[in-house]
Amino acid sequence: MSQYYNRGLIEDFGRWREFSAGMWAWVFHKFTGWVLVGYLFTHIAVLSTALQSPDAYTTTIQSLESLLLVRILEVGLLSVAVFHILNGLRLLFIDLGVGLESQDKSFYASLILTGAIAVASVPTFLAGVFG
Amino acid sequence: MAERYSSFEVGGRRWLWQRITAAFLVVVLAFHFFLLHFVNHADEVTFAMSQARMQELTYFSLMILFLLTATFHGVNGVYNALINQGLTGTRKTAAKVVLSVASLVVIVQGVRTALAWAGGVPL
Repeated sequence: MSQYYNRGLIEDFGRWREFSAGMWAWVFHKFTGWVLVGYLFTHIAVLSTALQSPDAYTTTIQSLESLLLVRILEVGLLSVAVFHILNGLRLLFIDLGVGLESQDKSFYASLILTGAIAVASVPTFLAGVFG
Repeated sequence: MAERYSSFEVGGRRWLWQRITAAFLVVVLAFHFFLLHFVNHADEVTFAMSQARMQELTYFSLMILFLLTATFHGVNGVYNALINQGLTGTRKTAAKVVLSVASLVVIVQGVRTALAWAGGVPL
């Protein structure tokens, strides 16, 4: 029979100081999931300016991309997406019974790799915005 | 038996579909980001470039599948998060209806946009 670990109520955020690595992974996965689903709806809304006219689409995208704030938000979006992907892979492996013993280490690895990819992406995302 | 920690119903298929779409999205979301930010740059986007990509049947169908799986995975995730917070009864049904309608709207709007780029299904 499966064994369950009594982690207590994770929904009780007041106890955040007692959270283990796996609980933080759960919190971050939920948070990044909310951001990504919110972005999906915004993304389709922006892209659907293509329904008005080709010019409306090109102008909308290029105007947005000329803003420094949008470029910074894109780095944030990449970070959120990369973490959700890496932690999602971690969850898929854990569901298959692989890596359960080192689930805390794979969470830290997801965080470090997300940070490295986000930092490495900054030059690409900011290219041309100051020019 | 110890308490069961899951927002999914026992024997339900939503748990499995959340994993199947996850495995697909891991690859396609990474590809999407890489192609549209690192190979092509977002500030160089034009309608003509998007049109050229969407007129390829392989790319067009991949993007439609991406829209469908991402919407399911995202909305199903939100639904589970709400159930996880203790949503039951009428409020649970209301959440299901609102999320279903929102999914339908975003899928219809996404497909219309894809068709506007491609000028119809690129067969």
